[in-house]
Amino acid sequence: MAAAVPAVCWVSAAAALLLGCCGAALASSVQDQAEQFFRSGHTNNWAVLVCTSRFWFNYRHVANTLSVYRSVKRLGIPDSHIVLMLADDMACNPRNPKPATVFSHKNMELNVYGDDVEVDYRSYEVTVENFLRVLTGRIPPSTPRSKRLLSDDRSNILIYMTGHGGNGFLKFQDSEEITNVELADAFEQMWQKRRYNELLFIIDTCQGASMYERFYSPNIMALASSQVGEDSLSHQPDLGIGVHLMDRYTFYVLEFLEEIHPASQTNMNDLFQVCPKSLCVSTPGHRTDLFQRDPQNVLITDFFGSVRKVEITTETISLDSDFAGFESKLPKDELATEPLKYAEQLPVAQIIHQKPKQKDWHPPGGFILGLWALIIMVFFKTYGIKHMKHIF
Amino acid sequence: ASAQFQLAVPVAVVFTPGSVPGDLPRPLPFRDVQEMEFSVNLRTSITSRYETVYRSSTAQEEAALDVATAREADAALHPLQDASLGSLTVYMVPETSSLLPQGISVYVGKHRSALVRAGGSLAALRTRLQQLTQVMSFTASSIAAALSDRVPNGQLGPDVRRHLKSSLGYEITFSLLNPDPKSHAVDWDIEDAVNRYVQPVLDKLSLVANFSVDSQILYYAVLGVTPRFDKESSSFLLSAHSLPHVINPVEARLGSSAASLYPVLNFLLYVPERSHSPLYIQDKDGAPVSTNAFHSPRWGGIMVYNVEVPASSQASLPLHVDVDMVRVMEVFLAQLRLLFGLSREELPPEFLLESPGNEGLADWELDRLLWAHTVENIATVSTTLTSLAQLLDKIGNIVIKDDVASEVYRAVASAQSAMAKLATGHLHSAFQASKEAVTSSERAFFDPSLLHLLYFPDDQKFAIYIPLFLPMAVPILLSLAKIVREARQHKKEPTKMD
Repeated sequence: MAAAVPAVCWVSAAAALLLGCCGAALASSVQDQAEQFFRSGHTNNWAVLVCTSRFWFNYRHVANTLSVYRSVKRLGIPDSHIVLMLADDMACNPRNPKPATVFSHKNMELNVYGDDVEVDYRSYEVTVENFLRVLTGRIPPSTPRSKRLLSDDRSNILIYMTGHGGNGFLKFQDSEEITNVELADAFEQMWQKRRYNELLFIIDTCQGASMYERFYSPNIMALASSQVGEDSLSHQPDLGIGVHLMDRYTFYVLEFLEEIHPASQTNMNDLFQVCPKSLCVSTPGHRTDLFQRDPQNVLITDFFGSVRKVEITTETISLDSDFAGFESKLPKDELATEPLKYAEQLPVAQIIHQKPKQKDWHPPGGFILGLWALIIMVFFKTYGIKHMKHIF
Repeated sequence: ASAQFQLAVPVAVVFTPGSVPGDLPRPLPFRDVQEMEFSVNLRTSITSRYETVYRSSTAQEEAALDVATAREADAALHPLQDASLGSLTVYMVPETSSLLPQGISVYVGKHRSALVRAGGSLAALRTRLQQLTQVMSFTASSIAAALSDRVPNGQLGPDVRRHLKSSLGYEITFSLLNPDPKSHAVDWDIEDAVNRYVQPVLDKLSLVANFSVDSQILYYAVLGVTPRFDKESSSFLLSAHSLPHVINPVEARLGSSAASLYPVLNFLLYVPERSHSPLYIQDKDGAPVSTNAFHSPRWGGIMVYNVEVPASSQASLPLHVDVDMVRVMEVFLAQLRLLFGLSREELPPEFLLESPGNEGLADWELDRLLWAHTVENIATVSTTLTSLAQLLDKIGNIVIKDDVASEVYRAVASAQSAMAKLATGHLHSAFQASKEAVTSSERAFFDPSLLHLLYFPDDQKFAIYIPLFLPMAVPILLSLAKIVREARQHKKEPTKMD
């Protein structure tokens, strides 16, 4: 009797252990599957960072954009995959007391300009038209590759915009605006051509939430620094430089990003908590209804970094090193090429001794004709037509 | 946009004496058509038609099959086959034939034929044929992967849609990374290796796209991860989960984006530093990987090449290293195949595949690629033109230049021709037509003049012109009203003149 009970206990203990093991194995396979399912399917990352304001007192917008640029580069996105648009040059601005620097912390702690900044669209090239051309891909064929957004259907794109904005628009260069409708249409054009897998849109302007109200394409997540009717405020002025160095929202986002490293597992929900009203004075907003995955499962590095999916190569092919098939290819390379030489860059002798070119005479056109006709008409109006006989 | 694809595959089944099944419905030769339809989404479906001709073998074919091994038979049969792209020839050999090794029922050759061991009824034969066509032409999942943007989310795993997209050209860059030039003076004869090993593969693939190859050597380029030292094997290990972080610091140095607009495939050969030698890559279970290489979809591959540590530690630095290009190219070309989606992993158990040798891929693998790319091209053209039409509907006053219009017409005509050729089984011309269609449609869609910013939406027209003209219009309208009133008044009273 006494032996039976421990035997039963032992059996039940063994059964429990077995179940436990099975459970653990099942749980790990379920977890693998879950991991599999919630991972984003992207293979490359792009970033489009736009600063839309010019003039020295908008220093903070350039500093905002450069901070995000710096974080994105640090986390792994290479320059070839970043389109950086800065509407004005602060580092070499004549009013900059510390040339070749752009600071983001007061007391000049952090120079975000660095020495490997690659600006793709600078100064007057930052226009609404160029921005939309970059997004939609309708670029003239002569554009260099660094100015193109060559994303495909497996690209996650980060779009960060900053500047002065209002309800439904963002001001570019103090002379034009982009409306939220145009932006939403541009994203729809991108979706139609499958130029992105997932898109994260961050905007740091006054009334920034109005810019993402009109989005209607799938797989877009948007963050803004303030709601409609609120202003986004700047962070801290630096008395040595004389302007405000950063905007609050981007300042706190930068602090948040400084803690992220390429292998971190922080997700988007943490990014949504950055800069609450007590710190930011404005209320940051976000929009996730168009996004397929739960923000809980979206890693920060899915957009800000470039973590590639890798697979171990297990297959090889076997090559025959004595393959004689290539012998026949050699004659093709034996074209005799004549030695190349440079064209005369500056034919000095020709320039010094040339005679002035005979310019063909063209009859006066347009403005000159009109001016003379006006003068003659006024003359005859004043003095009467009878004076014509003195001319002819 | 809706699309119904009809993919026709001409198959010839040749019976050698002694392999004819007993229950044939009709005497040889006869034709048979098998259709299977599967839908990718509500508006896209694929119908595959296997137009099979069953016939008995000719004397030449029997003579070709009268050899010792399957490989020789395959080589001898090659000139006797229908060599057009997309077609398959299946030779049934008797059950007792010694051509196929023990335990193997199907031998798939380098070209477009297979040897199948006969056995049993017509039904068994049909099953074998179906398995064979799944391997050698296309499967539902390979075509669905090509149409990945039409598949409803969740049906295909996120890993499936990772093969290289169909493109008109690809650029391949071979890079040698030497982080420690003081210890290793690495020499690689890349030009010779490319001519010998890579060029034949690219020549085979030249039907698919234009390839250009370049190479470079990078010094002092380090991997982004510090490898761990493992005491048991006294070697350094890179674990599988640190591999994704290896690529990024190097990528900035590769200069891969300067040259062309085609997708770039990077193949990197990394010679570890003397202080980190030998370096092995570990897979998820902790076992070292035999190839010591890994690849990233749509990007390229990296292989770690360990230098043998010389016996005497007094060897003068730098050590001269001559890279064994055969070993390296075997891995790189295998990675190239995997990037294109040609994998030989999942096979039914009794299948034996002939190795394609230096050509890199078998003819039927090229066909698989062409089927997928043709379908992908046509689907892309359809989506592009539909979205262009939607854009034009939305913005009524957009101006379409003549050359954009002609590109659109050309794209439509080529796409229709491609669909028709697919339905009749002419894979080569279908692929060419689909390439033309894609080129034209991309040129039309991405024409710089189609920027909708340049066209006035109606509400902006009102917003601009009303503040301009309304103040001007007020006195004009008032004076017009005054004139009308005076005229009426004048008409009412008779002339006051006496």
